[in-house]
Amino acid sequence: MSELNLTAALPEIFLAVAGMLLLMLGVFRGNGGTRLVLWLTVGSFAVAFLMVAGMMGRNELAMGGLFVADAFGDFMKLLALLGSATALIMSIRFIEREDMARFEYPVLILFATLGMMLMISANDMLSLYVGLELQSLSLYVVAAFRRDHLRSSEAGLKYFVLGALSSGMLLYGMSMIYGFAGTTSFDGLAALTAAKVAAGEAPAIGLIVGIVFLSAGLAFKISAVPFHMWTPDVYEGAPTPVTAFFATAPKIAAMALIIRVMIEPFGDMLAQWQQIIWFISLASMVLGALAAIYQTNIKRLMAYSSIGHIGYALVGLAAGTEEGVQGILIYLTIYIFMNLGTFACILCMRQKDVMVENIEDLKGLSKTNPLMAFALAAFMFSMAGIPPLAGFFGKLYVFLAAIEAGLYFLAVFGVLASVVGAFYYLRIVKLMYFDEPAESFDRPIGREMSLILTGTTVVILLLFLVLGPLHDGTALAAASLFEG
Amino acid sequence: MTGWPLLSTITFLPLAGALIILLIGRHDDEAVVAKNARYMALWTSFVTFIVSLFLWTGFDRSSADFQFVERVDWIPAFNISYHMGVDGISMMFVLLSTLLTPLCVLASWNAIQNRVKEYMVAFLVLETLMVGMFCALDMVVFYIFFEGVLIPMFLIIGIWGGGRRVYAAFKFFLYTLLGSVLMLLAILAMYFDAGTTDIPTLLAHGFPASMQTWLWLAFFASFAVKIPMWPVHTWLPDAHVEAPTAGSVILAGVLLKMGGYGFLRFSLPMMPEASDFFAPLVFSLSVIAVIYTSLVALAQEDMKKLIAYSSVAHMGFVTIGIFAANQQGIEGAIFQMLSHGVVSAALFLCVGVVYDRLHTRLIARYDGLVERMPAYALVFMVFMLASVGLPGTSGFVGEFLVLVGAFQVNTWVALLAATGMVLGAAYMLYLYRRIIFGKITKDDLKSILDMDWREKAVFAPLIVLVLWMGIYPASFIDVMAPSVERLVENYQVALANSEGPLLAGLWPLR
Repeated sequence: MSELNLTAALPEIFLAVAGMLLLMLGVFRGNGGTRLVLWLTVGSFAVAFLMVAGMMGRNELAMGGLFVADAFGDFMKLLALLGSATALIMSIRFIEREDMARFEYPVLILFATLGMMLMISANDMLSLYVGLELQSLSLYVVAAFRRDHLRSSEAGLKYFVLGALSSGMLLYGMSMIYGFAGTTSFDGLAALTAAKVAAGEAPAIGLIVGIVFLSAGLAFKISAVPFHMWTPDVYEGAPTPVTAFFATAPKIAAMALIIRVMIEPFGDMLAQWQQIIWFISLASMVLGALAAIYQTNIKRLMAYSSIGHIGYALVGLAAGTEEGVQGILIYLTIYIFMNLGTFACILCMRQKDVMVENIEDLKGLSKTNPLMAFALAAFMFSMAGIPPLAGFFGKLYVFLAAIEAGLYFLAVFGVLASVVGAFYYLRIVKLMYFDEPAESFDRPIGREMSLILTGTTVVILLLFLVLGPLHDGTALAAASLFEG
Repeated sequence: MTGWPLLSTITFLPLAGALIILLIGRHDDEAVVAKNARYMALWTSFVTFIVSLFLWTGFDRSSADFQFVERVDWIPAFNISYHMGVDGISMMFVLLSTLLTPLCVLASWNAIQNRVKEYMVAFLVLETLMVGMFCALDMVVFYIFFEGVLIPMFLIIGIWGGGRRVYAAFKFFLYTLLGSVLMLLAILAMYFDAGTTDIPTLLAHGFPASMQTWLWLAFFASFAVKIPMWPVHTWLPDAHVEAPTAGSVILAGVLLKMGGYGFLRFSLPMMPEASDFFAPLVFSLSVIAVIYTSLVALAQEDMKKLIAYSSVAHMGFVTIGIFAANQQGIEGAIFQMLSHGVVSAALFLCVGVVYDRLHTRLIARYDGLVERMPAYALVFMVFMLASVGLPGTSGFVGEFLVLVGAFQVNTWVALLAATGMVLGAAYMLYLYRRIIFGKITKDDLKSILDMDWREKAVFAPLIVLVLWMGIYPASFIDVMAPSVERLVENYQVALANSEGPLLAGLWPLR
């Protein structure tokens, strides 16, 4: 329990060392070495990915119980690494064109990813906070990376101020919990609440208040309603590859965090926190569906869409069961592929060397670039949850868990919101397929983009073939969370 | 049959054809691509039809069991498998789908000049999904096919449709989606009660009465929109009017039947008590549909809209027959669906013939076509009379059986539905008189050409079928009889064992 057991954190240590080395390399090579640093960062992600994949199935503690490495965490880490690496590859051309090619960019992404991995593996309020801040601070900087652009700076500032506020709430919640429980360790908290429940006593009111603040802070990080206001502005203002990154890896990590915090230390207080999650899930689904209808900027639209998706994923958490967590894992796996693909399309939206962001610019894409239109249409139908595309199965699993847990109201409202949401996804399909072309996008889009688009499209189209293995893998991961 | 997976072959052959079209469609010359796509789609769908005839010959008509069964594990942990099979109820719908698709391809031969490759791909994908839906013996697999149909149909209406195609496509998509998502939740709830989504297992499961009510309503939300029943039918006239001819054909010919098939496969056998409880509701809505939409059809000025409303009226007969829940009623409903699948498809094709020439569907723009187009007048007359339900045509058998079934349950329903037949004759004959008879007064009609060989080839099999079904219906009723018999028997047994319905299930008082 109290030993160091550094091997459990080997991927994280490797990433930290790689980050420092790359920073040095960048300093010596200057901004001319950005491309090299970027590819080396992607390489480090790949190595870390393989290390995590190779260790899959373990369940051990490290750093005296501050750090836990289990199948659940490993699965989430794989997703986060995949998201970060792909987002980084997508940004190569963008940063070179838009004068953002500074070596700090990949290094910051690397440190953000390291922070995510620490968050995912946190087994104590303290390590949770350290990981979260390592991630957040790096993200604030990349959001404002185009410092000569007003909107980017504004996005960074907004993100920082609201992020700091949420961190404050989180800390306040943690101190309440510590004050009333006397420990910050997840295992300690779990034992405490289990003992309370076994004794038939109600948990201390201060502890509940602490959980409320904690969940408010975490809801900020996953941009769930009613703490979502920063999302559309930051998504719109940040440089597009950064938005692509924001929409994938950090969401995964924050979701992993909220799942772990709710299930591990407070699993026995389901009755207390279920209604909180229930409400933010419902509100996110409804707002994500309704608010997106009037958006004309595709990045803002994606922001609301991601709010909605987080709502659906939270349905699984609201169920509070192993099946629910498994549903979230499947949902997030699919979500990350859909989002990476969609943002790859958005990054290809350039006319005469200028990035365009209005959804109207997609008009007639099926004629000017049929393959890209096909891919984007597949992502849109998938996000709307139409079978046999992957997005349907994500929804299937979370609603399965909701029905099993008896959350009928949530399930009914969830599917109704998905019908409303289908409207704006269809609108994009309509623009691409039903309307006459306006101006075509610049070509070629680049080999790495074609590769990412092809890969994500194939996953979205054919996921149903590998549903069995995916089911088994996520079932293992979810089970590991409930063992401890 | 041996171990050859016949149903999967029929289901996925069109998909393979679609992939080939996509692969060979990389030629620079648009015209070559279009020609290749047309021929490839025609051959694929034709071969699929030929293969599907093995179902007709190999089907054991004395058995009520599922036949040609295939089963592969898919998500073993959840007991969900890829399970296919047909019985007397679903087998002929498979044939209907495979028959109509090549005809649709033929009917679109010249009418579609724009993005031909994508059009043919959409149709072949649609065929895969339709056939798969009728063959699926697992609820999740069924749902995937059922919902997946929306994607190609949305594109077909939206890309190749008429003036208000965007509105119609969205309305179609969102209406049907809204209905089906509730069904999805019901499927999940059934899974937790029965521990499987396997349809044959669920048929024997017997759900608790209190649960049936909710399940029935959720399924009803989906199928009532799909079939469509009054008052949720309003998407249909829009979708029909805006869709290209072949789109309307598939919509009327097959997609509407998905609702009726759903009632027969799920609502009636799996929730017998709830079906019995809600039968008066279905009867009321159906009678309103039959009478009201017939009157509406009488007032239409657009040919396609008129036929669309007539579809709603005919589907009213189907729902009456299904929920009469006796041998004649259900057989009549299935027969009516098959007949309507052929007849309304043919009527839409008839509209398509003149639409291709004049590019208008307004009734007022046509008169006296019999002078210039005698063959067309004959073909149109056959289908018009079949739609009216003239003895000797397929329409008569279905409506007659439904009325026989309904009489045993509720005289008033039968009486009111029968008036619908009279109204049906009124609007169809009125339509026919306005278009075909009289003197040609419009200048552009004076040079109109009669049907060419391709168009005649499309109608020939349909005419044969309509007369065959009308003159010797036994060859079709024999196929469905054992399955329907078992369905009715199980239904009666379940009702006899029930403890009385059921309002308590909706609002449990404790």
